[in-house]
Amino acid sequence: MSNYFKIFLIFGGFFFLLNSCDKSIALDSKKDSSASIRKEVAINPDGKMLTIKGGDYQPFYGEDSTSVPVSDFLLDEKPVTNKEYLDFVMKNPKWKRSNVKEVFADETYLKDWENDETLPKDADPEAAVTFVSWFAAKAYAKSAGKRLPTLDEWEYVAMSDETSQNARNKPTYSAHLINLYNEKDREKNPVKISKPNYWGVYNMFDLVWEWTDDYNSIMTTSDSRTAEFDDKGLFCASAATSTTDVLNYASFMRYAFRSSLKANYTVGNLGFRCAKDLQK
Amino acid sequence: MKRIITSFVLAILTLQACKQNPTESSSNTTENANMDIKVSGETETQNKLDPPKVPAQILDRAAKKVVVNLIATEEEGELADGVTYKFWTFNSTVPGTFIRIRVGDEVELHLKNASNSVMPHNIDLHAVNGPGGGAEATNVAPGKEAIFNFKALNPGLFVYHCAAAPVPLHIANGMYGLILVEPEGGLPKVDREYYIMQGEFYTKGKTDEKGLQEFDQDKGLDERPTYVVFNGKKNKLMGADALEAKVGETVRMFVGNGGPNLVSSFHVIGEIFDRVYVEGGTTINKNIQTTVIPAGGAAMVEFKVEEPGNYLLVDHSIFRAFNKGAIGTLKVTGEKNEKIYHKVQ
Repeated sequence: MSNYFKIFLIFGGFFFLLNSCDKSIALDSKKDSSASIRKEVAINPDGKMLTIKGGDYQPFYGEDSTSVPVSDFLLDEKPVTNKEYLDFVMKNPKWKRSNVKEVFADETYLKDWENDETLPKDADPEAAVTFVSWFAAKAYAKSAGKRLPTLDEWEYVAMSDETSQNARNKPTYSAHLINLYNEKDREKNPVKISKPNYWGVYNMFDLVWEWTDDYNSIMTTSDSRTAEFDDKGLFCASAATSTTDVLNYASFMRYAFRSSLKANYTVGNLGFRCAKDLQK
Repeated sequence: MKRIITSFVLAILTLQACKQNPTESSSNTTENANMDIKVSGETETQNKLDPPKVPAQILDRAAKKVVVNLIATEEEGELADGVTYKFWTFNSTVPGTFIRIRVGDEVELHLKNASNSVMPHNIDLHAVNGPGGGAEATNVAPGKEAIFNFKALNPGLFVYHCAAAPVPLHIANGMYGLILVEPEGGLPKVDREYYIMQGEFYTKGKTDEKGLQEFDQDKGLDERPTYVVFNGKKNKLMGADALEAKVGETVRMFVGNGGPNLVSSFHVIGEIFDRVYVEGGTTINKNIQTTVIPAGGAAMVEFKVEEPGNYLLVDHSIFRAFNKGAIGTLKVTGEKNEKIYHKVQ
């Protein structure tokens, strides 16, 4: 009997340890990330923000009947530029390349910059900043008194082309985007050269992929073909069988891209723009 | 108290039983006895060889650890003379580098995504037993690298391909290749081996319309290819790039079909396949004129060449061969043998 009890204790202890391990790691990272994001020195980027009138929108993933309300909000008219990000880094030295911690930005953070305070030699200051992590993007937004757009907000605006608010059903919509996406080194071009969309928003597709606040909340399972529920997702997440629009290849690409990311990743064609709640 | 302990123990036992069930049932089959093959010797890193070349035969070497390096790239290349296309590749060739291992080998596969890629990529190897054939473990952003291990359990010739969304586009742009898992003792020795893979391309412009061609989604959906080619380019294995053999030699061709849509009717004009490893598996069929290779499938064909001359490799859905590019040449040199073939008048 006492032997059984011992075994029970050992097992119990083991599981308890395992669990507490998990928890302490989670706690640590939470503490760290909030600490780093909290104390940003304010910046005042001069780019315009545009009012986006909310509405119901049909996410790319989920049941046919799933419609998600998006409230009115403000969105940057363009992605954050090299020049703006440099200003942020100068005022917030902990986000300089040599100071940043690997948990917040991996080893390619601002990789193409000359040094901590100099943009890449051949870079246009008005081009979108890239090689920035999700943590960095969030910190920037915070210091600008803004936030990152949610995935729903971003995709809601992405429904528009130059003339209509919802261009998803136009046969050319996806094909056009695929061609934009297939363009190499497009991230080197300056912002606001191409035409704005229905809302007056520039460069949703033609320069960089963009971080969203909840980039990984709805995602294709990393194997995009299984029709399995992904525990990270709100909906049944499968690129192949559970999307509402199986021919929208451009959306597939965005979702596939997001699902390949981790929050500390920095990628050569991945930037961001900021959003803000509308004051009522 | 006792009851709690009993139920706890029971729960653990049930859990254990659950865990063991699948392994028990699978080890009953002969294939998965390969699970117990031990690896030994030095780790081999596979070299990048461009198709139609393949690594040397494995013969009777023991199972070992093998490192495979693949880089996903997006680059412009020639789809036909004067026609360019933005290919997506494994190791900069279509098809990707031929991977050659044996049963029991333990592969450490590194998939890098080139830093100037626009898209994420991954790899699904049909030779892998595991979720997504590795796709789940390797979904990799531009500039990043994914690594996963697998043990080769089933011998045969298998397709690998990218399975990132949208899957049809990644395959249609050229992201496929072959992996050969040789059986214990290796495949019989032959004189020549070649690697050929069929695939279709869907472009906005018509066949042979010059310049950079865009992908055409509608044509892909309708399964109406502009090009059907061997090894990534129209008429690729013709002229200077023709395959070669000498009279009396035995030739083995590893023939795959990346699709994305069509089934190939692989035929060599003027030859009969002495042996076909049907669908790339273990069954050998003999004396075959044309073998069917499904999309996402492969076959090994072997034949002895008896007579000099040029032998055309075709998809015998013959418009594809003569109009869309699924054609190549095997150039055989050596002594004529009038008994076998002789033009009388």
